[in-house]
Amino acid sequence: MTDTAEANVRLGDPLNRIDAQAKVTGAARYGSDPDIARPVFAFLAVSSIARGHITRIDDRQARAVSGVLDILTHENMAAAIRPVKFISEGGYMGSSIMPLSSPRVFHAGQIVAVVLADSFEAAREGAHRLAISYADETPSAGFDSEGVEVVPGADASKEHQDPKIGDAEAAFAAAPVKVDAQYSTPTQHHNPLELFTTTCAWEADKLTLWESSQNVHAFKNGLAQQLGINPENVRVISPYIGGAFGSRGSLTQRTALIAVAAKRLGRPVKLVASRDQGFTIASYRAETRHHIRLGADKDGKLQSLTHEAFEVTSRPDPYMVSGTDASTRLYACPNVSSKVSIVHADRSTPGFMRAPPEVPYLFPLESAMDELAAALQMDPVELRRVNDTKTEPIKGLPYTSRSLMQCFDKGTKAFDWQRRDPRPGSMRDGDWLVGLGCASTMYPTQMGAATARVSLTLSGTAKVQTAAHDIGTGAYTVIAMTAAERLGLPIQKVTVELGDTELPPAPGAGGSNTTASVCNVVAKACEEIRAKVANAASSAEDSKLKGQDQKALRFSAGRLVGPDGAGEELETAMRRVTNGAIEIYAENTPHGVKPDAIEKLYQGAQTLAGGAKLQDRIQFAFGAEFVELRVHRITREIRCPRVLGVFAAGRIMNMKTATSQLMGGLIWGVSSALHEGTEMDRRYGRFYNTDLAEYLIPVNADIPAAEVILLPEEDHEINELGIKGIGELGNVGTNAAVANAVFHATGVRIRNLPIRLEQLLGTASI
Amino acid sequence: MRPFSYVRAEDAITASQSIGAGSAFLAGGTTLLDLMKLDVMRPETLVDINSLRGSAPAVALTQGGLRLSAFASMAETAADPNIEHDYPIIAQSLALAASPQLRNMATLGGNVLQRTRCNYFRNPSWRACNKREPGSGCAALDGVNRKHAVLGVSPHCIASYAGDFAQALIALDAAVETIGPAGPRVIKFEALHRTPGDTPQTETNLGQGELITAFIVPRAPWTRRSLYLKIRDRESYEFALASAAVALDIEGDAVKQARIALGGIATRPWRAHAAEQALAGKPLNEDIANHASQLALAHASARQGNAFKVELARRTLRRALLQAASMKV
Repeated sequence: MTDTAEANVRLGDPLNRIDAQAKVTGAARYGSDPDIARPVFAFLAVSSIARGHITRIDDRQARAVSGVLDILTHENMAAAIRPVKFISEGGYMGSSIMPLSSPRVFHAGQIVAVVLADSFEAAREGAHRLAISYADETPSAGFDSEGVEVVPGADASKEHQDPKIGDAEAAFAAAPVKVDAQYSTPTQHHNPLELFTTTCAWEADKLTLWESSQNVHAFKNGLAQQLGINPENVRVISPYIGGAFGSRGSLTQRTALIAVAAKRLGRPVKLVASRDQGFTIASYRAETRHHIRLGADKDGKLQSLTHEAFEVTSRPDPYMVSGTDASTRLYACPNVSSKVSIVHADRSTPGFMRAPPEVPYLFPLESAMDELAAALQMDPVELRRVNDTKTEPIKGLPYTSRSLMQCFDKGTKAFDWQRRDPRPGSMRDGDWLVGLGCASTMYPTQMGAATARVSLTLSGTAKVQTAAHDIGTGAYTVIAMTAAERLGLPIQKVTVELGDTELPPAPGAGGSNTTASVCNVVAKACEEIRAKVANAASSAEDSKLKGQDQKALRFSAGRLVGPDGAGEELETAMRRVTNGAIEIYAENTPHGVKPDAIEKLYQGAQTLAGGAKLQDRIQFAFGAEFVELRVHRITREIRCPRVLGVFAAGRIMNMKTATSQLMGGLIWGVSSALHEGTEMDRRYGRFYNTDLAEYLIPVNADIPAAEVILLPEEDHEINELGIKGIGELGNVGTNAAVANAVFHATGVRIRNLPIRLEQLLGTASI
Repeated sequence: MRPFSYVRAEDAITASQSIGAGSAFLAGGTTLLDLMKLDVMRPETLVDINSLRGSAPAVALTQGGLRLSAFASMAETAADPNIEHDYPIIAQSLALAASPQLRNMATLGGNVLQRTRCNYFRNPSWRACNKREPGSGCAALDGVNRKHAVLGVSPHCIASYAGDFAQALIALDAAVETIGPAGPRVIKFEALHRTPGDTPQTETNLGQGELITAFIVPRAPWTRRSLYLKIRDRESYEFALASAAVALDIEGDAVKQARIALGGIATRPWRAHAAEQALAGKPLNEDIANHASQLALAHASARQGNAFKVELARRTLRRALLQAASMKV
């Protein structure tokens, strides 16, 4: 067992989550759980039209419902909340569309009223009894709709660049082997188990917000701006988060509405939005379209890569993921061209969803690579080997580390890839056609400025405080492990406090940065503690460690020891410095992060750097994913009996939580390929399948085997602890691996996700 | 959800007499409570019939076959060893439905009466739904209709009947025992549901206050060689895209009699009589299975999103027939 009380913690140990017991026993308090006496309950009414304006709100019946206290509409709220900018334009908002600020409707499902009542049931009934009249206009639902506005990425954002090198057109024309294909990915919604909830309470001019958040300091500052109050008067509390996946990364407009409601009524207000409202009051992954052209020589070496893409966004907000940053850098290629455009439609604003750029942009690339392998009659793994590189092709920058082919080599053995007969439709198991597919996966390693406070007491307990976020990833545990390892304490002696703006700020939980950003700053704080105690010991007359180089002294198993293991009790060593506790506040500004980043961090601004955005190097984690697929020869339903991912992502802080997270990524990847897709009734610009009965995710029976192999990878350049992010690496390659396996099973190339059986019914049963 | 009054019935007769206009029976509540929360169903009174759950054995073997209590849960009926062995079609149709939690709550009577999953019906903010709001139109006709029906449809409604168990009952010539204000009666299961026609809001031929008490399933030579095949996007906890309930009496090489029902593709439980007749007297091979499934879908009428279901249903039936023929009984 690794969880014994006395064992020294080693980074990488497969420890159980330190918050597991609280979570499974119900002790963990989530956003809508705070104990508040007599809260008012809010229920939202949302728009049934996608474009137009409200002409009349008849609230007489709603107000007549027993228990209804107040109803917020644009008629009484118009100027209550100040506009705050969209995230990519220097603001805090996940959408700049402000409900209740005017009668205008920008998208279906927009909040049009908030009913406030003494009970949830009364608020809901009141909302059902609101009669709202609209003057509706024909919406532009998305791609191909009349009235959409197409804007090149470079015009939509100053920071946007379309990676380009050489002459892709000419090289494509000259290439002896070509792939030229169009792909698409659908709208998807995060659907975290925990619904979108907000609870607000005022005490005089101080506001407390309980809301599951991936970025508490951003919420604090953004909400203060919206309300026109001092950020120091806003506290955001979010210790536990019931799933996020990006959906809680930016402040939504609902939060300020609830804050204002609480002010108006002079009572705390609690909102628990319904599942279907979650499809439009928060963000989502927008549908994308891609045109990929690959040109290769007869040995499979890429000569030309062109990636043109379109993404849907809302009318006012230029949300754009621009995954060409990754797709143009995965393989060696002398001639690359890319272009991203956004399409403004009558939609809610999309937002971050687990690997926002890489999931939609690597699906087409990795599908096209499989098509190229088929055209070359080459093994898809070998095609990737031929095009492997240690420098990215656009600027020629070196990867800090890249173990892509090691992952493939490990995976081909573990998956028994050799059994694969390359001919499509050639493998059978009874009435089932069998397909094996693979794809590369990659995710940028990003870090942000971070701060943390670590205290160590004489009795050998430590506390780590940082406003980082554990969105189910295991952040509590790896942060505790970092302190335990550096301070030589058992994991049980370390407590970790996260998710509260009273704590020193840390980056938002996005871009898979938390482990790298936060563990490094915690290690830094621990090092300062160690240095204080070690300094004192090395110069103390009464110490066995006197005269030793303080740098060589370390904490281990409750002692301060030298290289030979001899030393003294922690308490003895610490008493030279304090008779209470040593408390260190540390800041860390990682490589490539701007010098003013700490100040920005305190303002809740994003400070991440890394991936392909650095001047001097490129840093990504890689992996290889393998999928076994079955398609019934008659009815064509698709089942995925096995998925395997091999990943190399620098130092793994906790083998157990890392494996779980990557496994979750693989499962979500299968889900994305075969199940998830938000359907829209394009006549009305409205999402249709807005519940978990019709928005499909896999059930246990759909995932018989999901396996993760983690390859050791040391990267001393990337950051002190050598950590790359793993949160989003798992689900990047899976879409393509599944589609490639479908092709191998059936000979049918599906380029539009999700892959459904009707796409395979066109041919007679085999 | 709107306020309602609540009455607990102690027996079936009182229950049926307690029902007035605007009342509804409450059994497992797995559909009704959802639709009340969604503001789709707005009963003024709920008559709780859960006290009837123990009033009869879940499964009674009779001389003629089976009597299934309408008040038994799906789970307990599916787990009955006689059902599993002698009527696999029934056990499978129940076990492949919903989730364990729902099967534990839902009763057989409530299950056959479950409402459609059409989201235009289930969400009142869609203006057009003739089933919910007679005369308002049908948003599904030209909307999102991948899961909608291709058989029994009308210009007023294409909502599919979502249930599984009903397909087994209709295939096996089951009957329904009811009790109503006018007393008990027995009707053929096939006569229980209606096609939408121009009154999609009226889904069954039950009178006001009429309560289903049991299902009578006749024993027949085909009940053992029977199965329920359900095709869906995921392996469990999803309604059928297409399903086939098949029961065969095979003597020697030839089919003596066949019983076939199709699910997921029709507006009501759907018996495929023409396909049954095409099989009678024939050896069951891919060709004849194919022929029968063509006949079963001969009158299909599809919209844009569900056009594939015509072919999928054919293949589902073909596969079910071949699978049933190869069963060891």
